[in-house]
Amino acid sequence: MKILVPVKRVVDYNVKVRVKADASGVDIANVKMSMNPFDEIAVEEAVRLKEAGVATEVIAVSCGVAQCQETLRTAMAIGADRGILVQTDEELQPLAVAKLLKSLVDKEGPQLVILGKQAIDDDANQTGQMLAALLNLPQATFASKVAIADGKATVTREIDGGLETLSMSLPAIVTTDLRLNEPRYATLPNIMKAKKKPLETVTPADLGVDVAPRLKTLKVEEPPKRSAGVKVADVAELVAKLKNEAKVI
Amino acid sequence: MSILVIAEHDNASIKAGTLNTLAAAQAIGGDIDLLVVGSGCAAAAEAGAKLAGVSKVRVADAAHYADGGAENVAALVVANASGYTHILAAASTSGKNVMPRVAAQLDVAQISEIVTVVSADTFRRPIYAGNAIATVQSADPVKVITVRTTGFDAVAETGGSGSVEALDAAADTGLTKLVNRELTKSERPELGAAGIIVSGGRGLGSGENYHSLLEPLADKLNAALGASRAAVDAGYVPNDYQVGQTGKIVAPQLYVAIGISGAIQHLAGMKDSKVIVAINKDEEAPIFQVADYGLVADLFEAVPALTAALG
Repeated sequence: MKILVPVKRVVDYNVKVRVKADASGVDIANVKMSMNPFDEIAVEEAVRLKEAGVATEVIAVSCGVAQCQETLRTAMAIGADRGILVQTDEELQPLAVAKLLKSLVDKEGPQLVILGKQAIDDDANQTGQMLAALLNLPQATFASKVAIADGKATVTREIDGGLETLSMSLPAIVTTDLRLNEPRYATLPNIMKAKKKPLETVTPADLGVDVAPRLKTLKVEEPPKRSAGVKVADVAELVAKLKNEAKVI
Repeated sequence: MSILVIAEHDNASIKAGTLNTLAAAQAIGGDIDLLVVGSGCAAAAEAGAKLAGVSKVRVADAAHYADGGAENVAALVVANASGYTHILAAASTSGKNVMPRVAAQLDVAQISEIVTVVSADTFRRPIYAGNAIATVQSADPVKVITVRTTGFDAVAETGGSGSVEALDAAADTGLTKLVNRELTKSERPELGAAGIIVSGGRGLGSGENYHSLLEPLADKLNAALGASRAAVDAGYVPNDYQVGQTGKIVAPQLYVAIGISGAIQHLAGMKDSKVIVAINKDEEAPIFQVADYGLVADLFEAVPALTAALG
């Protein structure tokens, strides 16, 4: 079976983003870009399923600008077999990405799509669920364990208050949480090999998808700053401050 | 304007996050209906009718809603979406699971984790782990929204006198089956609703230390227990303790961060707390940049002393 893994190019998680002076967005010029960490976990999970003999092919997909090729190469260095870039310079919102992915699922026929649960730039947490809705397929979001057997997926999910395990027939949509696995580091030989793997480029128009944004960003601002308070010398002073100054205990 | 709020409940009572979600609905303005979906959930529906601002509770009670599965709940919401200008749910794991499915089926965008209602079509929401706040405007006919509960003060649990109306269940999609649910049992306040949170990080060194040091302190303060991602990853505590960008977003009156360095992903989950206390032996730890009261000390001495001082 095939597994499709969408990967997003985002500002690296170690970068502290700055809001642009004209409030039009955050400044992403000359900042380090990486694969969204949750998507890395998704790629790793798919590759492990292939290594375990459950999957036969792992296809990485990225939607966005030409540089998303680098993100696809990273996915292929982890172990994805080939990449598809849906190239556009337009701003892509989750519903548009879900529609692009749906058309690729219709074409490629994967039994499993594994996505990151959210991207660390827009923090939307929508695309997997939307894709499942558009395909009318079962979804298992926030997965911390995935087992595939006999045409079924058994997925443990992280929920408020604990964990739950769902069973569903394939094809299915899974989104990853942090504890699903620890992605491997791509080795140099694998990075070299990834450069030779097939990478196909299509456009939203080729797929017949209207990607026009539905939400208009009016402005982007800095959050209110929280200023550092005071250092207290000892526990007694801390308790006194909490009682008499902050009045919270 | 006509707003549908999807209630979160345990069949007997309505969960706290729904009260904040109702407050967001009131900020939009208009008639507010509360949707209660469950199995044997009549008591929750009755409780919902008493919440401030609810004009009507609509109840769908069927066996296939017992698990709260996204596929079935979303199908029901979509079947009853007609006439509403806004559909809201709390940005809990449940709301996040269901609402994008609703939005996609309605072919509209979802607006995730709003913290402010600017107008009926314009909302503010944090992006980049809260390092920026975006103001977004939706042109869609229905606004499907998840609400960051810390952004809105809860409505009153009593005083409302909504009517209760039964809805027909939608057909069972049969797409997923719940095999097992393991909920962490705790006598403590819920993390999302607690007035005081005691939170521990990697500095505690082990799960044993976490429990032996933080539980007595939490008992004294009647606090909920939280943790950094590092502490959860290291296995000190279960995943549902995690506070941060991808865990729970909290804003208690008092947040006590113990042995937590303060990665931006953690700060994203707690920096709206009213008062922040940090105890850490590393005086360079970023947590001190947001703490109202910082104590540079060995937590293994300071925490027991603090517990004792609270008498």
